[in-house]
Amino acid sequence: MSELQADRSSGRVVAGAGQRRSAAGADLLIAAIGFAVLVSLPFLFSSKALVDFVIRCAAYGLFATSLNLLVGYTGLISFGHGMFFGLGAYSFGLLMQRTGLSIPAAFVLTLLISAVAGLVIGAICVRLKEIYFAFVTLAFQMLIHSVILSWQPLTGGDQGLRGGIPRPVFLGIDLGNQLHLYIASCALLVVGLLLMRQIAQSPFGYTLRMVRDNATRASFIGINVWRVKLAVFVLAGMFASVGGVIMSLFVSGAYPEFAYWTISGEGIFINMLGGVTTFIGPMVGTVLLLILNDTATRLTEHYGIILGVVILFFALGLRKGLMDFVVEWYAERRDKASTRETST
Amino acid sequence: MLQIQRISKSFGGVKATDDVSLDFADGTLTAVIGPNGAGKSTFFNLITGAFRPDQGRIMLDGVDMVGRSPPEIVRHGIGRAFQVASIFPSLTVEETMLAAVGVDQRRAEVLHRRFPLPETRERAAHTLEMLGLADKRQRRAMTLSHGDQKLLDIALALVLNPKVLLLDEPTAGMGPEERWRMIEKVHELWTREKLTLIFIEHDMDIVFKIAPLIVVLCYGRVLATGTPEQIRANPAVIDAYLGTEQHEGAA
Repeated sequence: MSELQADRSSGRVVAGAGQRRSAAGADLLIAAIGFAVLVSLPFLFSSKALVDFVIRCAAYGLFATSLNLLVGYTGLISFGHGMFFGLGAYSFGLLMQRTGLSIPAAFVLTLLISAVAGLVIGAICVRLKEIYFAFVTLAFQMLIHSVILSWQPLTGGDQGLRGGIPRPVFLGIDLGNQLHLYIASCALLVVGLLLMRQIAQSPFGYTLRMVRDNATRASFIGINVWRVKLAVFVLAGMFASVGGVIMSLFVSGAYPEFAYWTISGEGIFINMLGGVTTFIGPMVGTVLLLILNDTATRLTEHYGIILGVVILFFALGLRKGLMDFVVEWYAERRDKASTRETST
Repeated sequence: MLQIQRISKSFGGVKATDDVSLDFADGTLTAVIGPNGAGKSTFFNLITGAFRPDQGRIMLDGVDMVGRSPPEIVRHGIGRAFQVASIFPSLTVEETMLAAVGVDQRRAEVLHRRFPLPETRERAAHTLEMLGLADKRQRRAMTLSHGDQKLLDIALALVLNPKVLLLDEPTAGMGPEERWRMIEKVHELWTREKLTLIFIEHDMDIVFKIAPLIVVLCYGRVLATGTPEQIRANPAVIDAYLGTEQHEGAA
Protein backbone atom coordinates (compact mmCIF):
# COMPACT_ATOMS: atom_id res chain seq x y z
CA MET A 1 0.00 0.00 0.00
CA SER A 2 1.37 3.35 -0.90
CA GLU A 3 1.27 6.17 1.53
CA LEU A 4 -1.21 7.73 -0.83
CA GLN A 5 -3.79 5.74 1.10
CA ALA A 6 -1.93 5.63 4.38
CA ASP A 7 -0.92 9.19 4.95
CA ARG A 8 -2.41 11.78 2.69
CA SER A 9 -6.07 11.17 2.36
CA SER A 10 -8.27 13.32 4.52
CA GLY A 11 -10.62 10.56 5.55
CA ARG A 12 -8.25 7.88 6.67
CA VAL A 13 -9.47 4.96 8.67
CA VAL A 14 -6.99 3.34 11.00
CA ALA A 15 -6.45 -0.21 9.90
CA GLY A 16 -7.72 -3.19 11.86
CA ALA A 17 -5.59 -6.26 12.53
CA GLY A 18 -6.59 -7.91 9.26
CA GLN A 19 -5.96 -4.73 7.29
CA ARG A 20 -2.59 -4.27 8.94
CA ARG A 21 -1.60 -7.80 7.98
CA SER A 22 -2.84 -7.23 4.45
CA ALA A 23 -0.93 -3.92 4.26
CA ALA A 24 2.25 -5.70 5.29
CA GLY A 25 1.44 -8.46 2.82
CA ALA A 26 0.83 -5.90 0.08
CA ASP A 27 4.22 -4.35 0.78
CA LEU A 28 5.84 -7.78 0.52
CA LEU A 29 3.99 -8.49 -2.71
CA ILE A 30 4.98 -5.14 -4.24
CA ALA A 31 8.57 -5.76 -3.16
CA ALA A 32 8.56 -9.25 -4.69
CA ILE A 33 7.10 -7.95 -7.96
CA GLY A 34 9.56 -5.05 -7.99
CA PHE A 35 12.47 -7.40 -7.41
CA ALA A 36 11.27 -9.78 -10.15
CA VAL A 37 10.92 -6.89 -12.61
CA LEU A 38 14.37 -5.54 -11.77
CA VAL A 39 16.00 -8.96 -12.06
CA SER A 40 14.35 -9.56 -15.43
CA LEU A 41 15.57 -6.27 -16.92
CA PRO A 42 19.09 -7.43 -17.94
CA PHE A 43 17.54 -10.46 -19.66
CA LEU A 44 14.99 -8.33 -21.52
CA PHE A 45 17.36 -5.51 -22.47
CA SER A 46 20.98 -6.42 -22.93
CA SER A 47 22.18 -2.96 -22.01
CA LYS A 48 25.18 -2.51 -19.76
CA ALA A 49 24.19 1.11 -19.24
CA LEU A 50 20.82 0.01 -17.87
CA VAL A 51 22.50 -2.39 -15.43
CA ASP A 52 24.85 0.35 -14.26
CA PHE A 53 21.95 2.77 -13.95
CA VAL A 54 19.92 0.43 -11.73
CA ILE A 55 22.91 -0.29 -9.48
CA ARG A 56 23.44 3.44 -9.01
CA CYS A 57 19.70 3.84 -8.36
CA ALA A 58 19.97 1.16 -5.66
CA ALA A 59 22.88 2.96 -3.97
CA TYR A 60 21.40 6.46 -4.12
CA GLY A 61 17.83 5.26 -3.58
CA LEU A 62 18.70 3.62 -0.26
CA PHE A 63 20.67 6.70 0.73
CA ALA A 64 17.87 9.13 -0.18
CA THR A 65 15.10 7.05 1.39
CA SER A 66 17.10 6.79 4.60
CA LEU A 67 17.50 10.57 4.55
CA ASN A 68 13.73 10.84 4.28
CA LEU A 69 13.38 8.91 7.55
CA LEU A 70 15.06 11.95 9.06
CA VAL A 71 13.64 14.75 6.92
CA GLY A 72 10.13 13.60 6.08
CA TYR A 73 9.22 11.44 9.05
CA THR A 74 11.08 13.12 11.91
CA GLY A 75 11.57 16.69 10.71
CA LEU A 76 15.34 16.46 11.11
CA ILE A 77 16.97 18.15 8.14
CA SER A 78 20.45 16.73 7.96
CA PHE A 79 23.01 18.41 5.72
CA GLY A 80 25.57 15.77 6.61
CA HIS A 81 23.82 12.48 5.92
CA GLY A 82 26.31 11.78 3.14
CA MET A 83 28.93 11.04 5.80
CA PHE A 84 27.29 7.64 6.31
CA PHE A 85 27.34 6.96 2.58
CA GLY A 86 31.08 7.65 2.58
CA LEU A 87 31.62 5.80 5.82
CA GLY A 88 29.86 2.74 4.40
CA ALA A 89 31.95 2.79 1.23
CA TYR A 90 35.28 3.28 3.03
CA SER A 91 34.56 0.87 5.90
CA PHE A 92 33.51 -1.89 3.57
CA GLY A 93 36.34 -1.21 1.13
CA LEU A 94 38.99 -1.15 3.84
CA LEU A 95 37.65 -4.26 5.55
CA MET A 96 37.72 -6.14 2.27
CA GLN A 97 41.18 -4.88 1.31
CA ARG A 98 42.91 -5.30 4.66
CA THR A 99 41.24 -8.03 6.66
CA GLY A 100 40.41 -10.80 4.22
CA LEU A 101 36.93 -11.10 5.67
CA SER A 102 34.10 -12.60 3.68
CA ILE A 103 31.72 -10.11 2.05
CA PRO A 104 28.79 -10.84 4.42
CA ALA A 105 31.06 -10.43 7.47
CA ALA A 106 32.48 -7.16 6.12
CA PHE A 107 28.94 -5.99 5.35
CA VAL A 108 27.75 -6.68 8.90
CA LEU A 109 30.85 -5.01 10.36
CA THR A 110 30.25 -1.99 8.14
CA LEU A 111 26.72 -1.72 9.51
CA LEU A 112 28.12 -1.91 13.04
CA ILE A 113 30.71 0.79 12.33
CA SER A 114 28.00 3.03 10.90
CA ALA A 115 25.77 2.38 13.89
CA VAL A 116 28.54 3.30 16.34
CA ALA A 117 29.41 6.42 14.33
CA GLY A 118 25.71 7.30 14.21
CA LEU A 119 25.42 6.85 17.97
CA VAL A 120 28.40 9.08 18.74
CA ILE A 121 27.61 11.80 16.18
CA GLY A 122 23.86 11.59 16.75
CA ALA A 123 24.21 11.89 20.53
CA ILE A 124 25.71 15.32 19.92
CA CYS A 125 23.61 16.45 16.96
CA VAL A 126 20.08 15.46 17.91
CA ARG A 127 20.17 17.68 20.98
CA LEU A 128 20.25 20.62 18.58
CA LYS A 129 17.29 22.11 16.83
CA GLU A 130 16.61 22.87 13.18
CA ILE A 131 19.37 24.86 11.50
CA TYR A 132 21.89 24.07 14.25
CA PHE A 133 21.25 20.37 13.75
CA ALA A 134 21.62 20.81 9.99
CA PHE A 135 24.93 22.63 10.25
CA VAL A 136 26.48 20.46 12.93
CA THR A 137 25.75 17.35 10.87
CA LEU A 138 27.40 19.15 7.96
CA ALA A 139 30.39 19.92 10.18
CA PHE A 140 30.74 16.24 11.09
CA GLN A 141 30.57 15.31 7.44
CA MET A 142 33.35 17.77 6.61
CA LEU A 143 35.36 16.38 9.51
CA ILE A 144 35.06 12.84 8.18
CA HIS A 145 35.89 14.09 4.69
CA SER A 146 38.99 15.82 6.03
CA VAL A 147 40.08 12.68 7.88
CA ILE A 148 39.71 10.69 4.67
CA LEU A 149 41.82 13.22 2.78
CA SER A 150 44.53 13.52 5.38
CA TRP A 151 44.86 9.91 6.58
CA GLN A 152 46.57 8.92 3.38
CA PRO A 153 48.22 5.65 4.50
CA LEU A 154 44.82 4.20 5.38
CA THR A 155 42.40 5.86 2.98
CA GLY A 156 44.62 6.75 0.04
CA GLY A 157 43.92 10.45 0.56
CA ASP A 158 42.53 12.30 -2.43
CA GLN A 159 43.22 9.31 -4.68
CA GLY A 160 40.79 7.13 -2.75
CA LEU A 161 41.05 3.39 -2.11
CA ARG A 162 43.06 2.12 -5.02
CA GLY A 163 43.74 -1.40 -6.17
CA GLY A 164 40.13 -2.51 -6.28
CA ILE A 165 37.99 -4.21 -3.68
CA PRO A 166 38.45 -7.98 -3.40
CA ARG A 167 35.19 -9.82 -3.97
CA PRO A 168 35.60 -13.42 -2.82
CA VAL A 169 32.77 -15.70 -3.88
CA PHE A 170 30.29 -16.50 -1.11
CA LEU A 171 27.30 -18.87 -1.31
CA GLY A 172 27.92 -19.16 -5.02
CA ILE A 173 27.60 -15.40 -5.47
CA ASP A 174 30.43 -13.74 -7.35
CA LEU A 175 30.15 -9.98 -7.03
CA GLY A 176 32.99 -9.64 -9.53
CA ASN A 177 30.40 -10.72 -12.08
CA GLN A 178 28.33 -7.70 -13.14
CA LEU A 179 25.08 -9.66 -13.28
CA HIS A 180 25.60 -11.05 -9.78
CA LEU A 181 26.43 -7.58 -8.52
CA TYR A 182 23.32 -6.27 -10.20
CA ILE A 183 21.04 -8.86 -8.58
CA ALA A 184 22.71 -8.38 -5.18
CA SER A 185 22.24 -4.60 -5.44
CA CYS A 186 18.58 -5.04 -6.34
CA ALA A 187 18.13 -7.44 -3.41
CA LEU A 188 19.76 -4.97 -1.02
CA LEU A 189 17.58 -2.19 -2.40
CA VAL A 190 14.34 -4.13 -2.05
CA VAL A 191 15.14 -5.49 1.41
CA GLY A 192 16.35 -2.06 2.56
CA LEU A 193 13.20 -0.36 1.29
CA LEU A 194 11.00 -3.02 2.89
CA LEU A 195 12.74 -2.57 6.23
CA MET A 196 12.44 1.21 6.06
CA ARG A 197 8.79 0.87 5.06
CA GLN A 198 8.25 -1.33 8.12
CA ILE A 199 9.94 1.28 10.30
CA ALA A 200 7.74 4.03 8.85
CA GLN A 201 4.53 2.06 9.43
CA SER A 202 5.45 0.72 12.87
CA PRO A 203 4.49 2.31 16.21
CA PHE A 204 8.01 3.79 16.14
CA GLY A 205 7.20 5.38 12.77
CA TYR A 206 4.20 7.10 14.32
CA THR A 207 6.34 8.21 17.24
CA LEU A 208 8.61 9.84 14.66
CA ARG A 209 5.61 11.65 13.16
CA MET A 210 4.63 12.92 16.61
CA VAL A 211 8.15 14.20 17.23
CA ARG A 212 8.12 15.91 13.82
CA ASP A 213 4.71 17.51 14.38
CA ASN A 214 5.20 18.69 17.95
CA ALA A 215 8.26 17.58 19.89
CA THR A 216 7.22 19.46 23.03
CA ARG A 217 3.85 17.73 23.19
CA ALA A 218 5.51 14.41 22.43
CA SER A 219 7.69 14.94 25.47
CA PHE A 220 4.65 15.70 27.63
CA ILE A 221 2.97 12.42 26.74
CA GLY A 222 6.04 10.49 27.81
CA ILE A 223 8.18 10.25 24.68
CA ASN A 224 11.91 10.58 25.23
CA VAL A 225 12.40 12.80 22.19
CA TRP A 226 16.19 12.70 22.32
CA ARG A 227 16.26 8.90 22.36
CA VAL A 228 13.77 8.62 19.52
CA LYS A 229 15.73 11.09 17.38
CA LEU A 230 18.97 9.29 18.16
CA ALA A 231 17.44 5.92 17.26
CA VAL A 232 16.23 7.13 13.88
CA PHE A 233 19.54 8.92 13.24
CA VAL A 234 21.41 5.65 13.80
CA LEU A 235 18.98 3.61 11.71
CA ALA A 236 19.05 6.11 8.85
CA GLY A 237 22.85 6.15 9.00
CA MET A 238 22.98 2.36 8.73
CA PHE A 239 20.73 2.31 5.67
CA ALA A 240 22.75 5.13 4.08
CA SER A 241 25.92 3.12 4.62
CA VAL A 242 24.39 0.21 2.69
CA GLY A 243 24.10 2.64 -0.22
CA GLY A 244 27.81 3.36 0.22
CA VAL A 245 28.61 -0.37 0.22
CA ILE A 246 26.76 -0.83 -3.07
CA MET A 247 28.60 2.14 -4.54
CA SER A 248 32.00 0.85 -3.41
CA LEU A 249 31.28 -2.53 -4.98
CA PHE A 250 30.09 -0.83 -8.16
CA VAL A 251 33.18 1.30 -8.64
CA SER A 252 35.46 -1.20 -6.88
CA GLY A 253 36.85 1.47 -4.61
CA ALA A 254 35.96 4.39 -2.41
CA TYR A 255 36.66 8.05 -3.08
CA PRO A 256 36.61 11.18 -0.95
CA GLU A 257 33.71 12.48 -3.05
CA PHE A 258 31.52 9.81 -1.44
CA ALA A 259 31.89 11.61 1.87
CA TYR A 260 31.84 15.15 0.51
CA TRP A 261 29.02 17.54 1.35
CA THR A 262 27.72 17.41 -2.22
CA ILE A 263 26.48 13.86 -1.59
CA SER A 264 24.29 15.20 1.21
CA GLY A 265 23.20 18.00 -1.11
CA GLU A 266 22.20 15.44 -3.72
CA GLY A 267 20.23 13.56 -1.07
CA ILE A 268 18.33 16.72 -0.17
CA PHE A 269 17.78 17.48 -3.85
CA ILE A 270 16.49 13.96 -4.50
CA ASN A 271 14.01 14.35 -1.66
CA MET A 272 12.91 17.74 -2.98
CA LEU A 273 12.51 16.25 -6.43
CA GLY A 274 10.58 13.14 -5.43
CA GLY A 275 8.79 14.53 -2.38
CA VAL A 276 8.99 13.74 1.30
CA THR A 277 5.38 13.00 2.20
CA THR A 278 5.29 9.64 0.47
CA PHE A 279 7.52 6.71 1.22
CA ILE A 280 8.31 6.12 -2.45
CA GLY A 281 9.05 9.81 -3.16
CA PRO A 282 12.83 9.64 -2.61
CA MET A 283 13.10 6.57 -4.84
CA VAL A 284 11.24 8.41 -7.62
CA GLY A 285 13.51 11.42 -7.01
CA THR A 286 16.57 9.19 -7.33
CA VAL A 287 15.50 7.84 -10.70
CA LEU A 288 14.63 11.34 -11.91
CA LEU A 289 17.92 12.85 -10.75
CA LEU A 290 20.05 10.13 -12.27
CA ILE A 291 18.20 10.32 -15.59
CA LEU A 292 18.47 14.09 -15.51
CA ASN A 293 22.11 13.99 -14.56
CA ASP A 294 23.05 11.39 -17.18
CA THR A 295 21.12 13.20 -19.90
CA ALA A 296 22.33 16.68 -19.01
CA THR A 297 25.99 15.64 -18.77
CA ARG A 298 25.71 14.02 -22.20
CA LEU A 299 24.21 17.15 -23.73
CA THR A 300 26.29 19.90 -22.22
CA GLU A 301 29.21 20.56 -19.97
CA HIS A 302 27.06 23.18 -18.23
CA TYR A 303 24.78 20.51 -16.81
CA GLY A 304 24.73 22.36 -13.49
CA ILE A 305 22.56 25.04 -15.09
CA ILE A 306 19.99 22.45 -16.16
CA LEU A 307 19.92 20.88 -12.71
CA GLY A 308 19.57 24.33 -11.17
CA VAL A 309 16.60 25.19 -13.38
CA VAL A 310 14.92 21.91 -12.44
CA ILE A 311 15.47 22.61 -8.74
CA LEU A 312 13.94 26.05 -9.18
CA PHE A 313 10.98 24.54 -11.03
CA PHE A 314 10.22 22.18 -8.17
CA ALA A 315 11.01 24.64 -5.40
CA LEU A 316 9.25 27.69 -6.84
CA GLY A 317 6.87 26.17 -9.38
CA LEU A 318 5.37 23.09 -7.77
CA ARG A 319 6.49 24.02 -4.25
CA LYS A 320 6.61 20.31 -3.56
CA GLY A 321 8.14 17.08 -4.84
CA LEU A 322 6.74 15.16 -7.78
CA MET A 323 5.06 12.42 -5.73
CA ASP A 324 3.64 14.98 -3.30
CA PHE A 325 2.15 16.78 -6.29
CA VAL A 326 0.74 13.59 -7.84
CA VAL A 327 -0.77 12.40 -4.56
CA GLU A 328 -2.42 15.75 -3.86
CA TRP A 329 -3.75 15.91 -7.39
CA TYR A 330 -5.16 12.39 -7.06
CA ALA A 331 -6.75 13.14 -3.67
CA GLU A 332 -8.38 16.31 -5.02
CA ARG A 333 -9.69 14.44 -8.06
CA ARG A 334 -11.12 11.69 -5.88
CA ASP A 335 -12.74 14.18 -3.52
CA LYS A 336 -14.36 15.98 -6.45
CA ALA A 337 -15.64 12.70 -7.83
CA SER A 338 -17.12 11.69 -4.48
CA THR A 339 -18.76 15.12 -4.15
CA ARG A 340 -20.29 14.69 -7.62
CA GLU A 341 -21.57 11.23 -6.69
CA THR A 342 -23.11 12.54 -3.49
CA SER A 343 -24.86 15.41 -5.27
CA THR A 344 -26.34 13.11 -7.92
CA MET B 1 -1.29 13.29 46.87
CA LEU B 2 0.54 16.15 45.20
CA GLN B 3 2.52 18.29 47.62
CA ILE B 4 4.27 21.45 46.57
CA GLN B 5 6.86 22.38 49.15
CA ARG B 6 8.36 25.85 49.10
CA ILE B 7 9.15 26.02 45.39
CA SER B 8 10.63 29.14 43.84
CA LYS B 9 11.66 30.03 40.33
CA SER B 10 13.28 33.21 39.06
CA PHE B 11 13.94 34.38 35.53
CA GLY B 12 16.71 36.93 35.72
CA GLY B 13 15.62 39.26 38.48
CA VAL B 14 11.92 38.35 38.25
CA LYS B 15 10.52 35.88 40.77
CA ALA B 16 7.89 34.02 38.76
CA THR B 17 7.21 31.60 41.60
CA ASP B 18 8.09 32.63 45.12
CA ASP B 19 8.10 30.17 47.99
CA VAL B 20 4.89 28.42 47.00
CA SER B 21 3.63 25.58 49.19
CA LEU B 22 0.37 23.80 48.41
CA ASP B 23 -1.19 20.39 48.97
CA PHE B 24 -3.59 18.81 46.50
CA ALA B 25 -5.38 15.84 48.01
CA ASP B 26 -6.28 12.89 45.80
CA GLY B 27 -9.47 13.35 43.82
CA THR B 28 -9.82 17.07 44.42
CA LEU B 29 -10.76 19.69 41.85
CA THR B 30 -8.85 22.94 42.27
CA ALA B 31 -8.90 26.13 40.25
CA VAL B 32 -5.78 28.28 40.08
CA ILE B 33 -6.59 31.92 39.47
CA GLY B 34 -4.73 35.17 39.50
CA PRO B 35 -3.97 38.23 37.39
CA ASN B 36 -1.80 38.04 34.27
CA GLY B 37 1.82 37.45 35.23
CA ALA B 38 0.86 35.87 38.54
CA GLY B 39 2.92 32.81 37.73
CA LYS B 40 0.10 30.37 37.05
CA SER B 41 1.54 28.81 33.90
CA THR B 42 5.02 28.84 35.43
CA PHE B 43 3.55 26.92 38.37
CA PHE B 44 2.29 24.25 35.94
CA ASN B 45 5.59 24.25 34.08
CA LEU B 46 7.42 23.58 37.32
CA ILE B 47 5.14 20.71 38.28
CA THR B 48 5.44 19.08 34.85
CA GLY B 49 9.20 19.44 34.54
CA ALA B 50 9.26 22.07 31.79
CA PHE B 51 11.19 24.25 34.25
CA ARG B 52 13.30 23.14 37.17
CA PRO B 53 12.58 25.00 40.42
CA ASP B 54 15.46 26.96 41.94
CA GLN B 55 14.46 25.48 45.27
CA GLY B 56 11.76 23.40 46.87
CA ARG B 57 10.26 19.98 46.32
CA ILE B 58 7.34 18.63 44.33
CA MET B 59 6.17 15.37 45.84
CA LEU B 60 3.74 13.01 44.13
CA ASP B 61 2.74 10.20 46.46
CA GLY B 62 5.98 10.69 48.35
CA VAL B 63 8.25 10.74 45.28
CA ASP B 64 10.13 13.95 44.48
CA MET B 65 9.54 15.09 40.90
CA VAL B 66 12.17 17.85 40.90
CA GLY B 67 14.97 17.19 38.43
CA ARG B 68 12.98 14.65 36.47
CA SER B 69 12.32 15.15 32.77
CA PRO B 70 8.77 15.73 31.46
CA PRO B 71 8.48 12.17 30.10
CA GLU B 72 9.49 10.76 33.50
CA ILE B 73 6.99 12.98 35.28
CA VAL B 74 4.27 11.89 32.86
CA ARG B 75 5.12 8.28 33.67
CA HIS B 76 4.73 9.02 37.37
CA GLY B 77 1.20 10.19 36.67
CA ILE B 78 1.12 13.93 36.04
CA GLY B 79 -0.52 14.84 32.76
CA ARG B 80 -1.19 18.24 31.31
CA ALA B 81 -3.03 20.10 28.57
CA PHE B 82 -1.83 23.42 27.27
CA GLN B 83 -3.25 26.92 27.03
CA VAL B 84 -2.85 26.81 23.25
CA ALA B 85 -4.00 23.37 22.08
CA SER B 86 -0.87 21.29 21.63
CA ILE B 87 -1.61 18.49 19.20
CA PHE B 88 -0.08 16.56 16.31
CA PRO B 89 -1.51 18.32 13.22
CA SER B 90 -0.81 15.66 10.60
CA LEU B 91 -2.24 12.73 12.56
CA THR B 92 -5.91 11.88 12.69
CA VAL B 93 -7.70 12.08 16.02
CA GLU B 94 -7.72 8.30 16.29
CA GLU B 95 -4.06 7.92 15.33
CA THR B 96 -3.18 10.50 17.96
CA MET B 97 -4.95 8.52 20.66
CA LEU B 98 -3.64 5.14 19.53
CA ALA B 99 -0.08 6.43 19.39
CA ALA B 100 -0.40 8.05 22.83
CA VAL B 101 -1.69 4.82 24.38
CA GLY B 102 1.21 3.03 22.70
CA VAL B 103 3.60 5.46 24.38
CA ASP B 104 1.96 4.83 27.76
CA GLN B 105 2.25 1.08 27.22
CA ARG B 106 5.94 1.58 26.45
CA ARG B 107 5.47 0.44 22.89
CA ALA B 108 6.42 3.72 21.21
CA GLU B 109 9.66 2.26 19.91
CA VAL B 110 8.30 -1.03 18.64
CA LEU B 111 9.71 -1.66 15.17
CA HIS B 112 8.61 -5.13 14.19
CA ARG B 113 4.84 -4.63 14.34
CA ARG B 114 2.48 -2.44 12.36
CA PHE B 115 0.66 0.56 13.74
CA PRO B 116 -1.84 0.57 15.38
CA LEU B 117 -1.36 -2.11 18.00
CA PRO B 118 -4.61 -3.93 18.82
CA GLU B 119 -4.01 -3.61 22.57
CA THR B 120 -4.16 0.20 22.29
CA ARG B 121 -7.61 0.35 20.70
CA GLU B 122 -9.93 -0.01 23.66
CA ARG B 123 -8.41 2.74 25.76
CA ALA B 124 -8.15 5.10 22.80
CA ALA B 125 -11.79 4.52 21.85
CA HIS B 126 -12.93 4.92 25.46
CA THR B 127 -11.19 8.29 25.81
CA LEU B 128 -12.52 9.57 22.49
CA GLU B 129 -16.01 8.52 23.52
CA MET B 130 -15.63 10.22 26.89
CA LEU B 131 -14.57 13.52 25.31
CA GLY B 132 -17.15 13.39 22.55
CA LEU B 133 -14.58 13.07 19.77
CA ALA B 134 -15.54 9.59 18.59
CA ASP B 135 -17.39 10.84 15.53
CA LYS B 136 -14.36 12.90 14.51
CA ARG B 137 -11.81 10.14 14.93
CA GLN B 138 -10.94 10.03 11.24
CA ARG B 139 -10.38 13.76 10.95
CA ARG B 140 -6.88 15.11 10.87
CA ALA B 141 -6.14 17.07 14.03
CA MET B 142 -5.33 20.22 12.04
CA THR B 143 -8.82 20.27 10.54
CA LEU B 144 -10.64 20.26 13.89
CA SER B 145 -12.34 23.33 15.32
CA HIS B 146 -10.54 25.23 18.06
CA GLY B 147 -12.76 23.69 20.73
CA ASP B 148 -12.21 20.16 19.45
CA GLN B 149 -8.46 20.76 19.31
CA LYS B 150 -8.59 21.73 22.99
CA LEU B 151 -10.58 18.59 23.73
CA LEU B 152 -8.04 16.52 21.82
CA ASP B 153 -5.27 18.12 23.85
CA ILE B 154 -7.09 17.11 27.03
CA ALA B 155 -7.77 13.65 25.60
CA LEU B 156 -4.03 13.25 24.98
CA ALA B 157 -3.32 13.88 28.65
CA LEU B 158 -6.24 11.83 29.85
CA VAL B 159 -5.58 8.74 27.77
CA LEU B 160 -2.36 8.24 29.74
CA ASN B 161 -4.43 7.58 32.88
CA PRO B 162 -2.82 10.34 34.98
CA LYS B 163 -3.23 10.59 38.73
CA VAL B 164 -3.03 14.37 38.46
CA LEU B 165 -4.30 16.31 35.46
CA LEU B 166 -3.30 19.93 34.91
CA LEU B 167 -5.38 21.98 32.49
CA ASP B 168 -3.98 25.36 31.52
CA GLU B 169 -6.97 27.53 30.62
CA PRO B 170 -9.11 24.84 29.03
CA THR B 171 -11.61 27.46 27.81
CA ALA B 172 -9.10 29.94 26.39
CA GLY B 173 -10.14 31.40 23.05
CA MET B 174 -13.66 29.97 23.17
CA GLY B 175 -17.03 31.66 22.82
CA PRO B 176 -19.42 31.73 25.81
CA GLU B 177 -21.42 28.63 24.83
CA GLU B 178 -18.36 26.61 23.93
CA ARG B 179 -16.73 27.62 27.23
CA TRP B 180 -19.57 26.20 29.25
CA ARG B 181 -19.65 23.02 27.20
CA MET B 182 -15.95 22.58 27.78
CA ILE B 183 -16.11 23.24 31.48
CA GLU B 184 -19.03 20.86 31.89
CA LYS B 185 -16.92 18.26 30.15
CA VAL B 186 -14.04 18.98 32.50
CA HIS B 187 -16.33 18.66 35.52
CA GLU B 188 -17.76 15.43 34.15
CA LEU B 189 -14.25 14.05 33.68
CA TRP B 190 -13.34 14.87 37.24
CA THR B 191 -16.50 13.24 38.57
CA ARG B 192 -16.12 10.10 36.46
CA GLU B 193 -12.39 9.55 36.58
CA LYS B 194 -11.82 10.49 40.23
CA LEU B 195 -8.51 12.09 39.41
CA THR B 196 -6.85 15.08 40.97
CA LEU B 197 -7.65 17.93 38.62
CA ILE B 198 -6.06 21.36 38.75
CA PHE B 199 -7.02 23.97 36.21
CA ILE B 200 -6.12 27.56 35.46
CA GLU B 201 -9.05 29.74 34.55
CA HIS B 202 -9.78 33.44 34.11
CA ASP B 203 -13.56 33.25 33.96
CA MET B 204 -14.68 33.71 37.55
CA ASP B 205 -18.24 32.55 36.84
CA ILE B 206 -16.81 29.22 35.77
CA VAL B 207 -14.38 29.02 38.66
CA PHE B 208 -16.92 29.79 41.35
CA LYS B 209 -19.46 27.44 39.80
CA ILE B 210 -17.40 24.27 39.50
CA ALA B 211 -14.29 24.48 41.69
CA PRO B 212 -14.69 23.34 45.30
CA LEU B 213 -11.20 24.68 46.02
CA ILE B 214 -9.43 27.75 44.69
CA VAL B 215 -5.81 28.86 44.83
CA VAL B 216 -5.07 32.52 44.14
CA LEU B 217 -1.59 33.37 42.91
CA CYS B 218 -0.27 36.91 42.75
CA TYR B 219 3.27 37.98 41.85
CA GLY B 220 4.37 34.36 42.12
CA ARG B 221 3.12 33.94 45.69
CA VAL B 222 0.07 32.22 47.10
CA LEU B 223 -2.29 35.01 48.00
CA ALA B 224 -5.09 32.82 49.27
CA THR B 225 -6.51 29.32 49.22
CA GLY B 226 -9.98 28.19 50.13
CA THR B 227 -13.52 27.49 49.04
CA PRO B 228 -15.28 29.84 46.60
CA GLU B 229 -17.03 31.54 49.51
CA GLN B 230 -13.77 32.10 51.37
CA ILE B 231 -12.06 33.46 48.25
CA ARG B 232 -14.92 35.80 47.40
CA ALA B 233 -14.85 37.18 50.89
CA ASN B 234 -11.07 37.58 51.07
CA PRO B 235 -10.20 41.31 51.02
CA ALA B 236 -6.68 40.68 49.68
CA VAL B 237 -8.08 38.72 46.72
CA ILE B 238 -10.72 41.36 46.08
CA ASP B 239 -8.10 44.02 46.15
CA ALA B 240 -5.56 42.24 43.96
CA TYR B 241 -7.75 40.39 41.50
CA LEU B 242 -11.53 40.19 41.83
CA GLY B 243 -12.34 43.86 42.29
CA THR B 244 -15.36 45.26 44.06
CA GLU B 245 -17.97 44.23 41.47
CA GLN B 246 -17.26 40.57 42.07
CA HIS B 247 -17.22 41.23 45.76
CA GLU B 248 -20.58 42.94 45.66
CA GLY B 249 -21.93 40.13 43.49
CA ALA B 250 -20.76 37.64 46.05
CA ALA B 251 -22.29 39.62 48.86
